[in-house]
Amino acid sequence: MNFAVLQFPASNCDQDALHAVKGVLGQSARFVWHKENSLAGFDAVIIPGGFSYGDYLRTGAIARYSPIMQAVRDFAAQGGPVLGICNGFQILCEAGMLPGALVRNRSLQFRCEHVFLKTAAPDTPFTGKIAAGKILRIPIAHGEGCYFADEAALENLQNNGQILWQYCDAQGELTERANPNGSLRNIAGVCNAARNVAGLMPHPERASEAILGSADGLLIFQSLLAWFENRMAKAA
Amino acid sequence: MKAKIIVTPKQAVVDPQGKSVQNALQYMGYKDVGAVHVGKYLEIELPGADKEAWRRQIDDACLKILSNPVIEDYRFEIE
Repeated sequence: MNFAVLQFPASNCDQDALHAVKGVLGQSARFVWHKENSLAGFDAVIIPGGFSYGDYLRTGAIARYSPIMQAVRDFAAQGGPVLGICNGFQILCEAGMLPGALVRNRSLQFRCEHVFLKTAAPDTPFTGKIAAGKILRIPIAHGEGCYFADEAALENLQNNGQILWQYCDAQGELTERANPNGSLRNIAGVCNAARNVAGLMPHPERASEAILGSADGLLIFQSLLAWFENRMAKAA
Repeated sequence: MKAKIIVTPKQAVVDPQGKSVQNALQYMGYKDVGAVHVGKYLEIELPGADKEAWRRQIDDACLKILSNPVIEDYRFEIE
Protein backbone atom coordinates (compact mmCIF):
# COMPACT_ATOMS: atom_id res chain seq x y z
CA MET A 1 0.00 0.00 0.00
CA ASN A 2 1.37 3.38 -0.96
CA PHE A 3 0.68 6.39 1.32
CA ALA A 4 1.03 10.07 0.45
CA VAL A 5 1.82 12.29 3.44
CA LEU A 6 1.18 15.91 2.49
CA GLN A 7 3.54 18.67 3.58
CA PHE A 8 2.47 22.30 3.91
CA PRO A 9 4.63 25.14 5.21
CA ALA A 10 4.57 24.52 9.00
CA SER A 11 3.25 20.97 8.92
CA ASN A 12 4.97 19.42 11.93
CA CYS A 13 3.60 15.89 12.30
CA ASP A 14 4.56 14.85 8.77
CA GLN A 15 7.66 12.91 9.91
CA ASP A 16 5.67 11.10 12.61
CA ALA A 17 2.89 10.17 10.20
CA LEU A 18 5.38 8.86 7.63
CA HIS A 19 7.14 6.86 10.35
CA ALA A 20 3.86 5.31 11.49
CA VAL A 21 2.83 4.02 8.06
CA LYS A 22 6.33 3.23 6.76
CA GLY A 23 8.40 2.27 9.80
CA VAL A 24 5.68 0.69 11.93
CA LEU A 25 3.01 -0.45 9.47
CA GLY A 26 5.70 -1.48 6.94
CA GLN A 27 4.09 0.09 3.89
CA SER A 28 5.56 2.43 1.31
CA ALA A 29 5.06 6.14 1.77
CA ARG A 30 6.49 9.44 0.65
CA PHE A 31 6.05 13.12 1.34
CA VAL A 32 4.09 15.17 -1.18
CA TRP A 33 4.83 18.91 -1.14
CA HIS A 34 1.73 21.11 -1.23
CA LYS A 35 2.82 22.72 -4.51
CA GLU A 36 2.60 19.36 -6.31
CA ASN A 37 -0.59 18.68 -8.19
CA SER A 38 -0.81 14.93 -8.66
CA LEU A 39 -1.49 11.98 -6.38
CA ALA A 40 -1.10 9.38 -9.12
CA GLY A 41 0.12 6.05 -7.79
CA PHE A 42 -1.03 6.56 -4.21
CA ASP A 43 -3.58 4.40 -2.40
CA ALA A 44 -4.25 6.70 0.56
CA VAL A 45 -3.57 10.29 1.57
CA ILE A 46 -2.69 11.54 5.04
CA ILE A 47 -2.93 15.25 5.81
CA PRO A 48 -0.81 15.56 8.94
CA GLY A 49 -0.94 17.91 11.89
CA GLY A 50 0.86 21.20 12.31
CA PHE A 51 0.16 24.87 11.92
CA SER A 52 -0.02 25.27 8.15
CA TYR A 53 0.53 28.89 7.14
CA GLY A 54 0.90 29.81 10.80
CA ASP A 55 -2.86 29.27 11.31
CA TYR A 56 -3.26 32.76 9.80
CA LEU A 57 -6.86 33.90 9.20
CA ARG A 58 -8.27 30.58 10.50
CA THR A 59 -6.71 27.16 10.99
CA GLY A 60 -6.48 25.43 7.61
CA ALA A 61 -8.05 28.36 5.73
CA ILE A 62 -5.06 29.11 3.50
CA ALA A 63 -3.74 25.56 3.09
CA ARG A 64 -7.03 24.47 1.54
CA TYR A 65 -6.18 26.58 -1.52
CA SER A 66 -2.76 24.96 -2.05
CA PRO A 67 -2.40 23.28 -5.47
CA ILE A 68 -2.31 19.75 -4.02
CA MET A 69 -5.81 20.16 -2.56
CA GLN A 70 -7.43 19.93 -6.01
CA ALA A 71 -5.68 16.58 -6.43
CA VAL A 72 -6.93 15.53 -2.98
CA ARG A 73 -10.47 16.46 -4.03
CA ASP A 74 -10.16 14.39 -7.22
CA PHE A 75 -8.57 11.49 -5.32
CA ALA A 76 -11.46 11.48 -2.83
CA ALA A 77 -14.07 11.80 -5.60
CA GLN A 78 -12.73 8.55 -7.03
CA GLY A 79 -13.18 6.83 -3.67
CA GLY A 80 -9.59 7.09 -2.41
CA PRO A 81 -9.27 7.26 1.38
CA VAL A 82 -8.11 10.58 2.87
CA LEU A 83 -7.29 10.95 6.57
CA GLY A 84 -6.81 14.38 8.13
CA ILE A 85 -5.15 14.51 11.53
CA CYS A 86 -5.45 17.61 13.74
CA ASN A 87 -4.52 20.46 11.37
CA GLY A 88 -5.34 18.02 8.55
CA PHE A 89 -8.86 17.72 9.98
CA GLN A 90 -9.12 21.52 10.11
CA ILE A 91 -7.97 21.77 6.48
CA LEU A 92 -10.55 19.20 5.31
CA CYS A 93 -13.34 21.09 7.12
CA GLU A 94 -12.22 24.41 5.64
CA ALA A 95 -12.13 22.75 2.20
CA GLY A 96 -15.73 21.65 2.68
CA MET A 97 -14.67 18.01 2.26
CA LEU A 98 -15.89 17.34 5.81
CA PRO A 99 -18.86 18.99 7.51
CA GLY A 100 -18.50 21.44 10.39
CA ALA A 101 -15.60 23.51 11.66
CA LEU A 102 -13.03 23.49 14.46
CA VAL A 103 -13.03 26.56 16.70
CA ARG A 104 -11.12 27.74 19.76
CA ASN A 105 -11.17 25.31 22.69
CA ARG A 106 -13.87 26.33 25.13
CA SER A 107 -11.26 26.57 27.91
CA LEU A 108 -9.14 28.86 25.71
CA GLN A 109 -6.21 26.61 26.68
CA PHE A 110 -3.95 24.67 24.36
CA ARG A 111 -4.59 21.08 25.48
CA CYS A 112 -1.77 18.56 25.21
CA GLU A 113 -2.60 15.25 26.89
CA HIS A 114 -3.83 11.71 26.32
CA VAL A 115 -7.59 11.32 25.86
CA PHE A 116 -9.91 8.34 25.57
CA LEU A 117 -11.89 7.79 22.40
CA LYS A 118 -14.94 5.75 21.63
CA THR A 119 -15.27 4.55 18.03
CA ALA A 120 -18.86 5.03 16.97
CA ALA A 121 -18.81 3.55 13.44
CA PRO A 122 -16.85 0.41 12.53
CA ASP A 123 -17.83 0.38 8.85
CA THR A 124 -15.24 2.77 7.38
CA PRO A 125 -11.74 2.36 5.93
CA PHE A 126 -10.44 4.01 9.12
CA THR A 127 -12.20 1.98 11.78
CA GLY A 128 -12.60 -1.59 10.46
CA LYS A 129 -9.89 -3.07 12.71
CA ILE A 130 -11.08 -1.41 15.90
CA ALA A 131 -12.90 -4.02 17.98
CA ALA A 132 -16.40 -3.17 19.19
CA GLY A 133 -16.23 -1.52 22.60
CA LYS A 134 -12.49 -0.90 22.40
CA ILE A 135 -11.56 2.43 24.02
CA LEU A 136 -8.59 4.07 22.32
CA ARG A 137 -6.03 6.06 24.31
CA ILE A 138 -4.49 8.66 22.00
CA PRO A 139 -2.91 12.09 22.61
CA ILE A 140 -4.28 15.44 21.55
CA ALA A 141 -2.30 18.68 21.10
CA HIS A 142 -4.41 21.59 19.92
CA GLY A 143 -5.81 25.01 20.75
CA GLU A 144 -8.60 24.92 18.18
CA GLY A 145 -10.26 21.54 18.31
CA CYS A 146 -13.76 22.39 19.46
CA TYR A 147 -16.00 20.78 16.87
CA PHE A 148 -18.93 22.90 15.75
CA ALA A 149 -21.74 22.24 13.29
CA ASP A 150 -25.28 23.55 13.43
CA GLU A 151 -27.99 21.40 14.99
CA ALA A 152 -29.35 20.14 11.64
CA ALA A 153 -25.85 19.13 10.49
CA LEU A 154 -25.20 17.34 13.80
CA GLU A 155 -28.45 15.37 13.48
CA ASN A 156 -27.45 14.43 9.96
CA LEU A 157 -24.03 13.24 11.10
CA GLN A 158 -25.57 11.18 13.89
CA ASN A 159 -28.26 9.62 11.70
CA ASN A 160 -25.82 8.74 8.91
CA GLY A 161 -23.24 7.26 11.28
CA GLN A 162 -20.67 9.87 10.27
CA ILE A 163 -19.47 10.51 13.82
CA LEU A 164 -16.46 8.19 13.96
CA TRP A 165 -14.80 9.08 17.25
CA GLN A 166 -16.03 10.73 20.44
CA TYR A 167 -14.20 11.82 23.59
CA CYS A 168 -15.11 9.57 26.50
CA ASP A 169 -13.83 8.57 29.92
CA ALA A 170 -11.87 5.36 30.60
CA GLN A 171 -15.16 3.47 30.87
CA GLY A 172 -16.44 4.73 27.53
CA GLU A 173 -18.95 7.24 28.92
CA LEU A 174 -19.38 10.44 26.90
CA THR A 175 -19.04 12.86 29.80
CA GLU A 176 -18.53 16.60 29.87
CA ARG A 177 -15.35 16.08 31.87
CA ALA A 178 -13.84 13.76 29.26
CA ASN A 179 -14.38 16.38 26.58
CA PRO A 180 -11.09 18.34 26.36
CA ASN A 181 -12.21 21.21 24.13
CA GLY A 182 -15.97 21.68 24.31
CA SER A 183 -16.72 19.81 21.07
CA LEU A 184 -20.44 19.42 20.43
CA ARG A 185 -21.61 15.85 21.14
CA ASN A 186 -18.01 15.11 22.27
CA ILE A 187 -17.02 14.78 18.62
CA ALA A 188 -13.33 14.02 18.06
CA GLY A 189 -13.59 12.84 14.45
CA VAL A 190 -16.08 12.57 11.58
CA CYS A 191 -16.25 11.25 8.04
CA ASN A 192 -17.99 12.41 4.87
CA ALA A 193 -21.21 10.87 3.56
CA ALA A 194 -19.25 8.60 1.18
CA ARG A 195 -17.20 7.40 4.22
CA ASN A 196 -13.80 7.69 2.48
CA VAL A 197 -12.73 11.06 3.90
CA ALA A 198 -12.20 11.29 7.65
CA GLY A 199 -10.65 13.71 10.09
CA LEU A 200 -9.87 13.64 13.80
CA MET A 201 -8.19 15.99 16.27
CA PRO A 202 -6.27 13.31 18.25
CA HIS A 203 -2.93 12.07 16.88
CA PRO A 204 -2.96 8.33 16.09
CA GLU A 205 0.60 8.57 14.72
CA ARG A 206 1.78 9.61 18.18
CA ALA A 207 0.28 6.45 19.63
CA SER A 208 1.41 3.84 17.15
CA GLU A 209 4.10 2.00 19.12
CA ALA A 210 4.27 0.63 22.68
CA ILE A 211 7.38 2.74 23.32
CA LEU A 212 5.21 5.84 22.88
CA GLY A 213 2.96 4.76 25.73
CA SER A 214 0.12 3.55 23.55
CA ALA A 215 -0.17 1.68 20.27
CA ASP A 216 -3.91 2.22 19.95
CA GLY A 217 -3.49 4.70 17.10
CA LEU A 218 -1.95 2.02 14.93
CA LEU A 219 -5.41 0.40 14.72
CA ILE A 220 -6.51 3.28 12.49
CA PHE A 221 -3.62 2.73 10.07
CA GLN A 222 -4.13 -1.05 10.23
CA SER A 223 -7.78 -0.46 9.36
CA LEU A 224 -6.71 1.43 6.24
CA LEU A 225 -4.35 -1.39 5.27
CA ALA A 226 -7.02 -4.07 5.80
CA TRP A 227 -9.53 -2.02 3.78
CA PHE A 228 -7.00 -1.70 0.95
CA GLU A 229 -6.07 -5.42 0.95
CA ASN A 230 -9.75 -6.31 0.93
CA ARG A 231 -10.34 -4.03 -2.05
CA MET A 232 -7.37 -5.55 -3.90
CA ALA A 233 -8.62 -9.08 -3.20
CA LYS A 234 -12.05 -8.19 -4.56
CA ALA A 235 -10.52 -6.65 -7.69
CA ALA A 236 -8.32 -9.72 -8.34
CA MET B 1 -10.19 52.72 -2.37
CA LYS B 2 -10.27 50.36 0.54
CA ALA B 3 -12.46 47.43 1.48
CA LYS B 4 -13.16 47.42 5.22
CA ILE B 5 -14.33 43.98 6.28
CA ILE B 6 -15.67 42.85 9.64
CA VAL B 7 -15.92 39.14 10.43
CA THR B 8 -17.79 38.04 13.54
CA PRO B 9 -18.57 34.66 15.11
CA LYS B 10 -22.14 33.47 14.50
CA GLN B 11 -24.48 33.73 17.48
CA ALA B 12 -24.78 29.94 17.73
CA VAL B 13 -21.01 29.47 18.03
CA VAL B 14 -19.69 29.58 21.58
CA ASP B 15 -17.16 32.40 21.77
CA PRO B 16 -14.92 31.73 24.79
CA GLN B 17 -12.70 34.68 23.90
CA GLY B 18 -15.66 37.05 24.05
CA LYS B 19 -16.76 35.51 27.36
CA SER B 20 -13.28 36.04 28.84
CA VAL B 21 -13.19 39.66 27.73
CA GLN B 22 -16.67 40.19 29.22
CA ASN B 23 -15.50 38.67 32.52
CA ALA B 24 -12.42 40.91 32.54
CA LEU B 25 -14.52 44.01 31.84
CA GLN B 26 -16.91 43.18 34.66
CA TYR B 27 -14.03 42.45 37.02
CA MET B 28 -12.58 45.88 36.15
CA GLY B 29 -15.80 47.53 37.21
CA TYR B 30 -17.75 47.81 33.96
CA LYS B 31 -20.40 45.78 35.70
CA ASP B 32 -23.26 46.36 33.29
CA VAL B 33 -21.58 45.22 30.05
CA GLY B 34 -23.38 42.44 28.21
CA ALA B 35 -22.03 39.69 25.96
CA VAL B 36 -18.80 40.44 24.07
CA HIS B 37 -18.12 39.03 20.62
CA VAL B 38 -14.54 39.05 19.37
CA GLY B 39 -14.18 39.14 15.59
CA LYS B 40 -11.70 40.30 12.97
CA TYR B 41 -11.22 43.47 11.01
CA LEU B 42 -9.51 43.42 7.61
CA GLU B 43 -8.57 46.28 5.31
CA ILE B 44 -7.78 45.59 1.68
CA GLU B 45 -6.36 48.26 -0.59
CA LEU B 46 -8.06 48.35 -3.98
CA PRO B 47 -6.84 50.12 -7.13
CA GLY B 48 -9.17 51.93 -9.56
CA ALA B 49 -12.60 53.40 -8.94
CA ASP B 50 -15.05 50.67 -9.95
CA LYS B 51 -16.78 50.17 -6.60
CA GLU B 52 -19.43 47.77 -7.88
CA ALA B 53 -16.96 45.41 -9.55
CA TRP B 54 -14.90 45.31 -6.34
CA ARG B 55 -18.04 44.77 -4.27
CA ARG B 56 -18.74 41.55 -6.17
CA GLN B 57 -15.15 40.36 -5.88
CA ILE B 58 -14.83 41.15 -2.18
CA ASP B 59 -18.14 39.43 -1.45
CA ASP B 60 -16.88 36.36 -3.29
CA ALA B 61 -13.57 36.45 -1.39
CA CYS B 62 -15.42 36.80 1.94
CA LEU B 63 -17.43 33.67 1.20
CA LYS B 64 -14.49 31.65 -0.10
CA ILE B 65 -11.65 32.49 2.26
CA LEU B 66 -11.93 35.62 4.40
CA SER B 67 -14.72 34.11 6.48
CA ASN B 68 -15.97 30.58 7.10
CA PRO B 69 -19.77 30.62 6.64
CA VAL B 70 -20.13 27.62 8.98
CA ILE B 71 -19.02 29.66 11.99
CA GLU B 72 -18.80 33.32 10.93
CA ASP B 73 -20.79 36.22 9.47
CA TYR B 74 -19.23 39.10 7.59
CA ARG B 75 -20.06 42.59 6.39
CA PHE B 76 -18.00 45.14 4.51
CA GLU B 77 -17.85 48.61 3.05
CA ILE B 78 -15.84 49.94 0.16
CA GLU B 79 -14.78 53.55 0.45
